Order: sequence, then C-alpha cells, then structure tokens
Amino acid sequence: MKYIEEFRDPALAKTLARAIAAEVAPGRSYRFMEFCGGHTHAIARYGVEDLLPPAVEMIHGPGCPVCVLPVGRVDVAVALATQHDVILCTYADLMRVPGSKFDSLMKAKARGADIRMIYSVMDALRIAEENPGRQVVFFAIGFETTTPPTALALKQATAKGLRNFSVHCNHVLTPAAMRAILGDGEKVPLDGFVGPAHVSTVIGTQPYEEFTRDYAKPVVIAGFEPLDVMQAVLQLVRQVNDGRAEVENEYSRAVTPEGNTRAIALMDEVFDLRDSFEWRGLGEVPHSALKIADAYADFDAEKRFSVKTEPARENKACECGAILRGEKTPEDCGIFGDPCTPENPLGACMVSSEGACAAHWTYGRFREKKAVPA
Amino acid sequence: MSRTGRRALDLSRGQIDMSHGAGGRAMAQLIEELFFGAFDNPALNREHDAALLARPEGRIVMSTDSFVVSPLFFPGGDIGKLAVCGTVNDLAMGGGVPKYLTAGFILEEGFPLADLQRIVESMAKTAQEAGVAIVSGDTKVVEKGHGDGIYINTAGVGLVPEGIEIGGERARPGDVVLISGPVGDHGVAIMSKRENLSFGSEIESDCQPLADLVAAMLAAVPETRVLRDPTRGGLGATMNEIAQQSGVGIELDEAAIPLRREVKSACELLGLDPLYVANEGKLIAICPEDKAAALLSAMQAHPRGRDAAAIGRVLEDDRRFVRMVTGLGGTRMVDWMAGEQLPRIC
Ligand code: SF4
Repeated sequence: MKYIEEFRDPALAKTLARAIAAEVAPGRSYRFMEFCGGHTHAIARYGVEDLLPPAVEMIHGPGCPVCVLPVGRVDVAVALATQHDVILCTYADLMRVPGSKFDSLMKAKARGADIRMIYSVMDALRIAEENPGRQVVFFAIGFETTTPPTALALKQATAKGLRNFSVHCNHVLTPAAMRAILGDGEKVPLDGFVGPAHVSTVIGTQPYEEFTRDYAKPVVIAGFEPLDVMQAVLQLVRQVNDGRAEVENEYSRAVTPEGNTRAIALMDEVFDLRDSFEWRGLGEVPHSALKIADAYADFDAEKRFSVKTEPARENKACECGAILRGEKTPEDCGIFGDPCTPENPLGACMVSSEGACAAHWTYGRFREKKAVPA
Repeated sequence: MSRTGRRALDLSRGQIDMSHGAGGRAMAQLIEELFFGAFDNPALNREHDAALLARPEGRIVMSTDSFVVSPLFFPGGDIGKLAVCGTVNDLAMGGGVPKYLTAGFILEEGFPLADLQRIVESMAKTAQEAGVAIVSGDTKVVEKGHGDGIYINTAGVGLVPEGIEIGGERARPGDVVLISGPVGDHGVAIMSKRENLSFGSEIESDCQPLADLVAAMLAAVPETRVLRDPTRGGLGATMNEIAQQSGVGIELDEAAIPLRREVKSACELLGLDPLYVANEGKLIAICPEDKAAALLSAMQAHPRGRDAAAIGRVLEDDRRFVRMVTGLGGTRMVDWMAGEQLPRIC
C-alpha cells in the first residue's frame, strides 16, 4: 500500500497549501462543498482545514449514505426486523442511526431481532443460502458506489432461484442531490463542488456537466486522500478566479468521462428511477433514488413484506438538514455536543464518521473555545 | 473404566462434561492432572482452597480481569496467555512487581480437553516468563450453550518498590509521552482471523507480559509518572483517560507513532483507525521532559521495548483534549471512540 503514503505526504501538502494561499484573491472568500462523506472524513481526519487559508471554507455535503436516510426508512428497517421473523442484513453504519423515538437497529437487535452486520451484499446472499428456512432481507443503502453490487446480488438471486432472499432498496443518486442543493440556482452560497471519488468511478464525469452548464458551478472530482482534496481546492480556486465553470477530473487515476459502462448497464437493467424519494435534510427530491425494476419484483422486499410504522418523527432540534444544505454548521445546532454526541446521536449527521456533526465533534471541536460538556 | 484404578484423562479426544464441575472424583482428577502439573509451585500444591503466602513489606497492588475472546487461539497467543498477561500488565502499570495470580475457569460442557490443556500450558509458560506464581484456582462447568467454550478470570498481587509513584493523575504540562512499540497488532490479528482476511504475512498479536520491561524502566527513571497499557480502546482511549485524570491536554505526533505496515494496510482495508485498535503487549509511559531521553533508551535497550518512541507531550488544557498533529501537517482531535469501531461502507 505504498501508493497511499504519496497522497499523504507532508512536504507535498505544504507545497499545495502555499499554492492555494498564493492563488486566493485578496478580499474574496471561497465556499466549496465536498459532496461526499468520504471527503468530509478525510478533511477532518487529516486536519486539512489547517492547511487551507481562512478565505477558503469547506461545506460538508450530504454524501453520507446513512445521514440522508430519512427517519421513516429507519423505522421500516426496524419494523422489518421485528414484525416479520426475517434475518435483516445491512451495513454496520446503519445500526446506530436513530429512527423515531430514539429506536435503532442496534436496539432492535438487543431486543432479540435477528440483524446481521455485513461487509458486502454477497454475505447476505450466503446467509440466505445457509438458511433456506428463513427469509433474508438485505436493507440496501448507499449512493452509486454500493448500487452495482446490489444489482449483481439481485441477478444472482434470480439465477439461483433464491426464493428466501429479497432486497429493500434505498439506493440514492448523487447528481439529483446536488441539483436539490442548488435549488433554483438563486442565492446559493456555494462557489463550487469537490466531486465524489468512488461514485464517479461508476458514473463517470459526464453527469456533472449540467452543474457547470446550468448553474455555472465548477466541479472538480477528487480522490479520497487528503492531498487529492487539496489539489481539488486549488483547481476550484483557479476556476473561480478565472470565471470558469468546468468539470475537472483530479482523480483521473480511477475516473473516466463515461464511467464504468458495465456497472451502469447493470443498474439500468435491475433498477428503475423513483419519481421522488425523501432525503433526510433535503426533503422530497424528484428522481433521486432507485427502485427494483418489475423484472426483479419477486425479490423486492417492499413488495414481499408489508410493515406497519407510525408516522416518522424527526428530532425537531436537529439542524442536519440545514447543515447538509450548507446553510449552517454543526456549532449552530443548539444540542451539538450536549446532549447530541456520537455516543448518543440524536440526528443522522452524528452517526457515521462521515457525517458533518460527527466529523466536527470527533476531530475538529478543539478549534472552538466552547466549554466541554461534562 | 476398571473397578479399582481410574483412567488418565483422555487429553486428545476427551471433553468437559458436567461432572468436571461437580466436586467429585472427575473434578479432582481434572485439577490434579491438568492444572497442578502445569502451575507447579509450593503455595498451589498445598491443595487448599486458599493459598498461604508470606506477608510482604511495603505497598501492594492488586488487580482482577476477566477474559472472553474469540477466537480462543490466534496468531501470537491464546486466551490463556492473554489472561496471564492482562493481569500481570495491570499490576505492572501500577508500578508493581507482579508476584501471585489466581485463576478462575468457567468451562462449557463439551469443551475439548486438548484445548484446555493447550490453554493451561500456555498460561503456565507465560506465568513463568512473567515471574509470577499461580497460587490458587477454581473451575466451574456450565451447561452446553451457556458459555463460549471457556472464560478465564485472573486476579493478582504485586509489590510496589520504595519511591515509585505511578498514577494516571500524575501527568504534568511539559511531560513527554512514550510508547514501547507499534500499535494495533493485537486487535488486527484478532480481527483478521475473525474476518478470515490475509495481508501477505500473518499479523501476530503483541500479547506479552511487560513486568520486566517496567522493572528496567523504573530502575532507570524512578521519576516515571504514568504507566498504562493501551488495551481495549487502544492508544486513543488511553490518552483520553490520562488527560481526564490528570486534568491536562495531550498532543500526539502522528508521524512518530510506530505502526507496522501490515497493520496499517489492514486498518485501511477495514476502515479502522489504528489509534483505537487494542494492544496486549504495549505500554505508554509519561515522564518529566528532562528524563525522557533516559527512559527512552532504557525502553529501547529492552527486548520488549526495542521499537519504543517518544510520541507526544502533555499540554496545559482545561478542556482535557487529546489532539494530534497529523502526518499531513494539520491538527485534529483524538477523541474517545463512540461505541465499537465498525468498518465503514464507502
Ligand atoms: S448536533 Fe446532532 S442534532 Fe444537532 S444537527 Fe448535528 S446531528 Fe443533528
């Protein structure tokens, strides 16, 4: 793994930091959103903010799969696991996400529900094969990165006739969320985007053209290493200074303009676009998520199981929405740190280490002169 | 079985059954053949429930710990070695020279005697290496399904030499933080075994008794203020405990923290932060700045501290924050970890 160190080299970081500071125009400020939680995490984990001049502000976007899953969907996951005698498989990140009334999959598991944390959807398929007498549901979340493996699992389940396997699909789409953040294009306090790394390896660079064309926002796609982020910031500053809005690809070691065409074809075959989907923080966003296509309807957990949930209740004090839109920072939330902490997350942004609140609490809060809650 | 004699324990195919905990002949045989043979020492062999020991001079340290681990055998150790090292190291971190241990076993019905023998022998070997005697023990058997094969509890007593004052509340601004070797080996060894991951060469647990290293350190620098073994929760949790207890801040230098390449790669792959991964054979020491060079060379001169390094310093900070200058040159907090470390998905 030698290559990784090259993207964390302190000497290179200093050079880049100097270059960014030199490019920043006096008297102007730059607000860039890193869409992805992976970037949010890298920025916080490596202290990248310390290497950026004060004029550059990073806004943490909604690209954290568990952060944007609405409360109602968490409730459905809990209900699936508790009301039907299924084995519910999901990624570990989701376990602690609070649903209504502070319930979570972790708590449901403690109450006896059969919930398995898995690393890959293939584990869920295996569990289904090993437990022919049980219904196994994969609760699928994530952006375009985790979608192709889910599609593959659905195809394999069909090929094997694995009748006890199904998928509860909550896959969402990056460009639709970026569109929602930009809204009607008026008065959005953003000067550009650091574009996703892994997502772009799947969808390519082309889907971002609309943001440069229709919204005049530069997009620089960047890898998840801290130097990638700094390089992207430098390119964004240059674009802003030049009055340009282009899609640039800093992550050309992995991202091509057309993306992974096989993965895209696979997704097109297995999934259909939903008319609308609710995002935590962004509300209903048109054409922003996928559902299982009719040809695979037999494996759709939404069709196979009916679950009863009460109307979802979002924590009113939580400012995740405004934070995901870049309008507020975690410190603006009245319950940040007290009582909302990663041990006791009251909102979604506090759950995953990729969430804006968790990243700031875990890595960045020493910067503020706030009193530590006991 | 013959009417008169009794058959020796079948150590290759035999299993624990309820009679091994019932207080009858089977239990006596198990204790005699398996435990006494391995833990041979005068205090134990009195065959009393309580060990009779001479009264020591000065202060004693005492500690107890229970051990539950899966898998029971892992690269670099097993639950038995862990159970001895755990308590020995807790005593040593109190500044004590470990003397006596007790061992309690909770065995699950059906547990293979061969595994028990391996574990007991490993405990005996480790105890000898650590210079402690296992002077009293106990076994209980639980029904199948009521345990995880074997649980072990050890408790221990050690003697604190004159003039040694070690405590988590004693760190002072300006002090230097040292570590005895690379972080994360134990946790990653266990996790890669559990997840069946391989990373080229096998990663071994660092599980080892640290009493002799501590003795060498305290002989060189009796002014040492804090000793702590960063077990569960790793370096991150240990630093926060000390900052909390001493009412200070701590700043670590990421580039100075020893970390094996394989462990680093494994952590990248699993999405774990090596700062929070458990160690079972490393210690953190904090001492006054003017003693740091002497302490570091005493550590590096010892086989168990060969890769020791100075990794940070103690600061004045009412908020008791632990922070770290990252390898990149920025600064970030090293917070308490929330819940368990869970691998990330993307
Ligand atoms: S601190 Fe907690 S409640 Fe406040 S915005 Fe963040 S996640 Fe929501």
